[in-house]
Amino acid sequence: MSTLAEDRPPLPDTSGVVATARVRAGHNGRATTLPLLSSDGPFQLQKLRPRGDLARVDVIGAMSGPLGGDQLALHADVGPQARLEITAATSTIALRGPSDDAATYDIRLTIGDDAALHWLPQPLISTAGSNLRQTCAVDLAPTARLVLRDEQVLGRTGETCGHLTSHLTVLRAGRPLLDQHTSYGHPHPAWNGPAVVGSHRACGQLLVVDPSLTPAARPTVLLGNPDTPAHGVLVPLGGPALLATVVADTATRLRRLLDQALHRALTP
Amino acid sequence: MHLDHTHDAPGAVSADAHRPDGTRRALRIGLGGPVGSGKTATVAALCRTLRDRYALAVVTNDIYTCEDAEFLLREAVLAPERITAVETGACPHTAIRDDISANLEAVEALEDRLGAVDLILVESGGDNLTATFSKGLVDTQIFVIDVSSGDDIPRKGGPGITSADLLVVNKTDLAPYVGADLGTMASDAAQRRGNLPVVFTSLTADDGVRPVTDWVLERLAAWREQTARPEPAVTAH
Amino acid sequence: MSRTALLVLADGRFPAGGHAHSGGVEAAVAAQAVRDPVTLDSFCRGRLHTAGLTAASLAAAATTGCDPLVLDEAADARTPAPALRATSRKLGRQMLRAARAAWPCPALDRLARDLPGGAHQPVVLGIAAHAAGLTALDAAHAAAFDSVTTPATAAVRLLGLDPFDATAVIARLCDDIDAVACQAADAAARVADEGVGVLPAASSPLLDITAEQHAAWPMRLFAS
Repeated sequence: MSTLAEDRPPLPDTSGVVATARVRAGHNGRATTLPLLSSDGPFQLQKLRPRGDLARVDVIGAMSGPLGGDQLALHADVGPQARLEITAATSTIALRGPSDDAATYDIRLTIGDDAALHWLPQPLISTAGSNLRQTCAVDLAPTARLVLRDEQVLGRTGETCGHLTSHLTVLRAGRPLLDQHTSYGHPHPAWNGPAVVGSHRACGQLLVVDPSLTPAARPTVLLGNPDTPAHGVLVPLGGPALLATVVADTATRLRRLLDQALHRALTP
Repeated sequence: MHLDHTHDAPGAVSADAHRPDGTRRALRIGLGGPVGSGKTATVAALCRTLRDRYALAVVTNDIYTCEDAEFLLREAVLAPERITAVETGACPHTAIRDDISANLEAVEALEDRLGAVDLILVESGGDNLTATFSKGLVDTQIFVIDVSSGDDIPRKGGPGITSADLLVVNKTDLAPYVGADLGTMASDAAQRRGNLPVVFTSLTADDGVRPVTDWVLERLAAWREQTARPEPAVTAH
Repeated sequence: MSRTALLVLADGRFPAGGHAHSGGVEAAVAAQAVRDPVTLDSFCRGRLHTAGLTAASLAAAATTGCDPLVLDEAADARTPAPALRATSRKLGRQMLRAARAAWPCPALDRLARDLPGGAHQPVVLGIAAHAAGLTALDAAHAAAFDSVTTPATAAVRLLGLDPFDATAVIARLCDDIDAVACQAADAAARVADEGVGVLPAASSPLLDITAEQHAAWPMRLFAS
């Protein structure tokens, strides 16, 4: 199975930053270890104090970006039985760069058997004039668990959105569990129309994959009130997973509903 | 459709008299007629009369999702799993005549779920005088009108009046109050319908649905006789 | 191949149950997000380039002979809203019934046997297109066209919109529909070598969210 990142023709040479940060977590029989913690470019990886048996890494943005032309990647590999949480200290802000070339942000998450990853970054903000292609490819072993949050803010306050595409692919045991590609901002037709995001300026998802989940036993939960600017749903997927999809007028309201979704997802 | 060939897999059955497993499917009777003529009340009365002797199910076609189905549920005429509402996208007559897919799905799903069913009543959404059921959906159909909409309705005709297998003129108890002449209605209907039967009902009377029940029982007996042959591919029409 | 077969397959009167579905526009009308020809245009355009592209790609891939079970799984992964998965399978069952009557063939019988609960509608559409002697591009056209005619027809019924205005909306979208169909067929042509991952997965948060909200309404005119 190929991912979008591999399908794309190589980008032209630019002066942009090319960087790949890597994390690898393993389990030594007693606790999760972090045999690889490799910062690169704008990504400074910092080890935090574990919470119980959950190892924790914080991604600190060491510089602004991604800017147009940057090719950034962050790969996390969680080996069998390891438990890892990755958070971020700050939002990722896509900015217009020296060139009009697209920046790429390529996230790859691999989670082994009986392992768990909590991928909880801060929102991605698409500013006016920016052009970013984000890909997030998740590869789950059959007994792997995942909590993944993805938040996008379409322009800072009073600002139009840049050009932002985001492709989330989740494979479980090699089979597709979730495949979603969103495209916002000029030149995408009617992206801000009533069939895509309308006037909402923040949208996000929360994905929980847990092999012990019985999707059929989890009815849809409506989040927020459809008559207000922040609302969404928490739904069972075809496999053992729940997905919340939320739109909101602000990043704060978005996070509130996604937190609510996480609570509902974890308390059957 | 499907009058002369067999099907080896589910999904292509429409008018075929047998289900894919070779068992006889339920007789399907459509009930159509204008809004307020008493279709749902007739369905409810038929269910109450027949439910102890036959395995019944009902499919409703409402303008708004499930009002009629909810009425039947509230009245508890059948167990909830025997009643299904079909959504019609604001076009009830399309769902029973031009594109019967959703209704066929509904009747087949009822039979799959309930096992052997003798009779399925398919009630149309309240529609105009032109709405009739497709022969791909029902085996026979009843058109229900009532005296309070005017005693000239039979004379006006329309496919429901002229061609339904049974015409029911309902609410005869109201005739004196609305100035309807039952004799005129009967003779107009006879003129329009030739030999096809017409019955007059007042559902407020004790066993007021009796004329319809009798007709349905005849149809059920005929259906059993017609489909009693052993080979699985006989058809309804 | 018969060009006319495409007209039969794409005709809104093809009896495959589509008339009872609004393509999400009933919820958008209730939210007053679709209220006139301009907002209907925006709705149809957005739906075409998201759900329409995804459906057209699956349909095109099914026409080229990709394994329907693999495509059906890919359709599930691209349809996170359970209400939309159920709708797609229901419409798939209904299309299969009509297609087996119109173009009887072993591939359609096999699909009915392999997926008795119903395959996703675009997968059935693609196999039906093949049975009718049509190409992958034809199937993509039919799916893309359906993605806009469904909401446009429903909007006429829901809003009492002038039917000429609604038809003009569709007419203005013709170039976009062609482009989406070509994009879908191009992606489908790559599946044999690169797997179903190359098929577009264009999605829309609002269609997914409002489909679930709509399914929870106690009263509605359309099934979806």
